[in-house]
Amino acid sequence: MLIHNISELKEKKELYKASLDKQYKKVIVCGGTGCVAGGSLNVYEELKRLVEEKGILAEVDLEKEDQGIGMKKSGCHGFCERGPLVRIEPEGYLYLKVKVEDCEEIVEETLVNNKPIERLMYKDGDKVYQTQESIPFYKRQNRIVLEHCGHIDAESIQEYIAHDGYMALAKVLEEMTPEEVCEEVIKSNLRGRGGGGYPAGKKWSQVLSFPSDMKYVVCNGDEGDPGAFMDRSIMEGDPHSVIEGMTIAAYATGASEGYIYVRAEYPLAVKRLTKAIEEARAVGLLGKNILGTDLSFDIHISQGAGAFVCGEGSALMASIEGERGMPRVKTKRTVEEGLWRKPTVINNVETLPM
Amino acid sequence: MPYGNMEKVDRILESYGDDQSHIITILQKIQSEYRYLPMDVLEYVSDKMEISPAKLFGIATFYENFSLDPKGKYIIKICDGTACHVKKSIPVLEALRKELSLTENKHTTDDLLFTIETVSCLGACGLAPVITINDKVYGKISPEMAVEIIRKLKEEETNANS
Repeated sequence: MLIHNISELKEKKELYKASLDKQYKKVIVCGGTGCVAGGSLNVYEELKRLVEEKGILAEVDLEKEDQGIGMKKSGCHGFCERGPLVRIEPEGYLYLKVKVEDCEEIVEETLVNNKPIERLMYKDGDKVYQTQESIPFYKRQNRIVLEHCGHIDAESIQEYIAHDGYMALAKVLEEMTPEEVCEEVIKSNLRGRGGGGYPAGKKWSQVLSFPSDMKYVVCNGDEGDPGAFMDRSIMEGDPHSVIEGMTIAAYATGASEGYIYVRAEYPLAVKRLTKAIEEARAVGLLGKNILGTDLSFDIHISQGAGAFVCGEGSALMASIEGERGMPRVKTKRTVEEGLWRKPTVINNVETLPM
Repeated sequence: MPYGNMEKVDRILESYGDDQSHIITILQKIQSEYRYLPMDVLEYVSDKMEISPAKLFGIATFYENFSLDPKGKYIIKICDGTACHVKKSIPVLEALRKELSLTENKHTTDDLLFTIETVSCLGACGLAPVITINDKVYGKISPEMAVEIIRKLKEEETNANS
């Protein structure tokens, strides 16, 4: 199912959107590392079995518009302490600490009879918080990068497209030159989210300015700060946003190959990213002549092996090259001499989906 | 130099090619096959990929995930990242070491069933302290719970063998 050009991509988006709208209810079971540890996959299987038994399960494939209940495994919602989490749309109910034994009640009460189950909801004293958005933990969150995470099926490129995915790439390819993209990112004042805070657009335009037969885009997913798992959440929950961001970076800088460096401690992130890259390749959003344009770009996953220092740019690149991951003294910046001594953009996971 | 049966290694090398940039993935695959990196396999890889033994040894010893000693069937990883450490991961580690008669320098039981490792953040701090046993995650673990899980695994092993 190759998508040949930009207008075809837009048609697909409309089709997938319509198909998603036909799913009159969506059950989103958290499939992030925390909830999986709490047994969410068993909950997912049981809910799916019960819904299927009732004959109201919608097709996963959005090419086939099918009325029914959509079952999804999402990325991390961030509320791991109360997992496994189950979100019901369109109501926005959030059920906490769901066990396999609760599934029958969820299907009967909520999915068939449209009633909330208060005992599974977040409570503070007597007050019951029905919807996810009303819970104090979520109420003040303004999700930008993680907008889709926890709300869409993390393993479906079709859902990502239905939620305007790859539209930014389409716009960039259709309307902008690489210089304009860099300019726009500079104007947006997007700064590196890894912690250094270097203006991302400036980095991109520097890489663009060095002529070379080969340039690279590297995504730094060697997250290791205590208590931080935003990179994991993105890679697990919305992997296509990383791919789209990297592809835009490739267009803006003239790069043709990309690497995502992921820690071996994140097996689920590796799995989801691998699947996402394969799906993107299959529809022609990665590879040669993306969407029928001159842009050719492909992404590889490079796994770490438990070295904290590899989060540092030069050590990370040494590790991708298959060396000991030791930082080296940089006489030239990576934008000029990075991976295999070629101009390289290296961005944090969180910077790219912005 | 004659090598033993390297069929498994050959298969791994074939699927990744001899580009040095794949060496970490290749070593990881070898390790998941043998549960460690045997010395003769490393020499074989060095020969096949034309990477000097010193360099390959350097890579294998640099990354914490690689082990040159045999590992157990069950690999217990105890998260000792900051969040888990604060939530008392060390008592869990100590309880498990005691249960399995292991020490700081001895990581694997003599029957090659269990290996204990500490790892840095597993990214599941909301469930701290966390351990994983062969990649299955156990959250909010106490020393007693951890020992209980190990005893169950031991029992399963004895039953399977009898």
